[in-house]
Amino acid sequence: MKIHKYDTVIVGAGGAGMRAAIESTKRSRTAVLTKLYPTRSHTGAAQGGMAAALANVEEDNWEWHTFDTIKGGDYLVDQDAAEILAKEAIDSVLDLEKMGLPFNRTPDGTIDQRRFGGHSRNHGEAPVRRSCYASDRTGHMILQTLYQNCVKEGVEFFNEFYVLDLLMQEVDGVRKSAGVVAYELATGEIHVFQAKAVIFASGGTGKFFKVTSNAHTLTGDGQAAAYRRGLPLEDMEFFQFHPTGIWRMGILLTEGARGEGGILRNKDGERFMEKYAPVMKDLASRDVVSRSIYTEIREGRGCGPEGDHVFLDLTHLPPEQLDAKLPDITEFARTYLGIEPYTDPIPIQPTAHYAMGGIPTNVRGEVLADNTTVVPGLYAAGEVACVSVHGANRLGTNSLLDINVFGKRAGIAAAEYSATADYVELPEDPASLVVAQVERLRSNTGSERVHDIRRELQETMDANVMVFRTEQTIKTAVAKIGELRERYLNVSIQDKGKRFNTDLLEAIELGNLLDLAEVMAVSALARKESRGGHYREDFPNRDDVNFMRHTMAYREVGDDGTESIRLDYKPVVQTRYQPMERKY
Amino acid sequence: MATPTLDKVEDAKPASAPSPYITVTFRIRRYNPEISSEAEWQDFPIEIDPKERVLDGLHKIKWETDGTLTFRRSCAHGICGSDAMRINGKNRLACKTLIKDINPEKPITIEAIKGLTVLKDLVVDMDPFFQAYRDVMPFLITKGNEPTRERLQSAEDRERFDDTTKCILCAACTSSCPVFWNDGQYFGPAAIVNAHRFIFDSRDEGGEQRLEILNDKDGVWRCRTTFNCTDACPRGIEVTKAIQEVKRALITRRF
Repeated sequence: MKIHKYDTVIVGAGGAGMRAAIESTKRSRTAVLTKLYPTRSHTGAAQGGMAAALANVEEDNWEWHTFDTIKGGDYLVDQDAAEILAKEAIDSVLDLEKMGLPFNRTPDGTIDQRRFGGHSRNHGEAPVRRSCYASDRTGHMILQTLYQNCVKEGVEFFNEFYVLDLLMQEVDGVRKSAGVVAYELATGEIHVFQAKAVIFASGGTGKFFKVTSNAHTLTGDGQAAAYRRGLPLEDMEFFQFHPTGIWRMGILLTEGARGEGGILRNKDGERFMEKYAPVMKDLASRDVVSRSIYTEIREGRGCGPEGDHVFLDLTHLPPEQLDAKLPDITEFARTYLGIEPYTDPIPIQPTAHYAMGGIPTNVRGEVLADNTTVVPGLYAAGEVACVSVHGANRLGTNSLLDINVFGKRAGIAAAEYSATADYVELPEDPASLVVAQVERLRSNTGSERVHDIRRELQETMDANVMVFRTEQTIKTAVAKIGELRERYLNVSIQDKGKRFNTDLLEAIELGNLLDLAEVMAVSALARKESRGGHYREDFPNRDDVNFMRHTMAYREVGDDGTESIRLDYKPVVQTRYQPMERKY
Repeated sequence: MATPTLDKVEDAKPASAPSPYITVTFRIRRYNPEISSEAEWQDFPIEIDPKERVLDGLHKIKWETDGTLTFRRSCAHGICGSDAMRINGKNRLACKTLIKDINPEKPITIEAIKGLTVLKDLVVDMDPFFQAYRDVMPFLITKGNEPTRERLQSAEDRERFDDTTKCILCAACTSSCPVFWNDGQYFGPAAIVNAHRFIFDSRDEGGEQRLEILNDKDGVWRCRTTFNCTDACPRGIEVTKAIQEVKRALITRRF
């Protein structure tokens, strides 16, 4: 076991982690731990753009953006946070441009902007061009630009270091962050990083679904580590299903395709979104479009011999426009489906995409131990966190924005904290939990295989807690997850070695997915209403009287060692916007 | 299949669709110094739909047959650059190569990319690759005060370096280059591509510095224009052309 000491440790090197690192490295001795190489992070898969009311191509302002974000989140958004997001969006985009990001340009040479779902002029009048973009690889360019600037600033990375535990210690009656424990993939060695401030920026948890746009590595490692240390997880029932994933594969096809004029069609060739969202049509918010697609499918208007998908039609757009604005996604269609998007529509279905919930933080990125108490020295930003700027449904282009605005805020806040704080003493045997976990998995001789349990988990999640949910389906999922958690205790791996043991890694990741899937399902069961991405067929209406509140899920361990989930609730911060019926 | 499809839709399945599965042999170069200092080929016959990716086949082996098989991967659709490997003697991304496109009648050979030290099976040491990248100063260099708004750039100036912004640092190009195989000191195509991305960016003022770095004995002049890099690039970047443009800029000092 090796012990390292840094002022600030950042867990994860995607957009949020690297944006934080650029700030904190200037101000404090910082280490970034990442289970991948930084440029492999899933920020790079984001395509369509980053919202900011620059008003470069038409009238726009941050107040409209704030409203759209709150309405998009079905009023579960904390309105003070949404206002910060929309206001600071403008500087965030300009920061990236100054760092070198090659945005597409207008004829005047300013940053070009395009339409995106749910973004409107003057509180819903018509779609507005707010998304700043770099072709259909905006996330790739953000990830590259941030990495380039990390190189410039000399950010210290520990690549392929997998953080498995968060260390917390009580000091004068207050639980504080003391550091993290990491597993070095290349050697199997355990490392303890003592730090005054820790920032979790480890991304999402979409891999508990089968059809997902998420990378194999998005397994909720940060959320699970915090949860197991007794910290709450907020709004985990809210998961976004992106309307346009490649049929059966789930690979993302950007909403920018519809921003450029793409149209969704059912088997009769009908532009069905006109029925569901007369004003915004194909550019309604993602939850609305995904539900509409599945309604078409359920009512027998799906495409293909199994009627299980619809079409994204780009054939009316000029090939030059597709080449210039959507080169990557058209290539995905050619590579993975053998389809030519110039002439043929692309089969799509909704794909599990983004966790609105996560580790609760305030607007400084400080992690909350309950509804109000800050954990000194602990921060979170990006998809792992819940500020909450996305509420019950995130708008497209607001996640690349989120990682930049709150990554920067967390980086500054953490470095400022570590400049004055003392180290918290490490617990006596800081790596004990991780060592026990790794040894148990390495030596277990049980008959269960990681792949079987993961596949069954993904199948039950797709079948029971996806776009449409009922009490019965969610209960089915809860029971199944419970059974899988039992079986997980009996899981064994074949690779017993120390060197690059990805077999072990996948087993650990599965444990995280199981914990988080259970939190998600239990949170969903208790929310007896429909709001944003959480749609209950048995409670189809939004219920502001009983459920205008954030879910806070805590792990409880009884005296006999049995685990359970305790749900609590937190009020939503409302400033100037009163909840209204949501129409697009 | 997801929740919302109803049973009657399920029933609509054609009754006797032919099985899409075929038997394919993956012939994989295995190496694990914890067990043996020698690398060896191992055959894995798998049943798979040929429309699936090579990565799906590797997962099938790892998840169902041999958990010790080791490779890197993440996004699984050609964006993150984790899974460059040598497939039937050519550098490709395993997640962007469909089995049907590489003659599944014969065994498909899969080995680690060349020129970087193999650590285990298909995993290589990427540090020298990223060091070469860092050495070309891959970040925007500007002088004077920062503008309050964005720097202006015409659409034409933006287009000038568009191709080289697509790089995902997968190392398929660099590890296909015979010069790099023979001498690991050569910067390699990927580092030059990333230098190109800034040299030809109208906003950048560090071109001269980067060109001096690339004028070094291990710089662009080592390129023998074999076009392996261009063939290998999974992003379709015209790598050799970019290297030629850097060479020309070195001679003319115009960029």
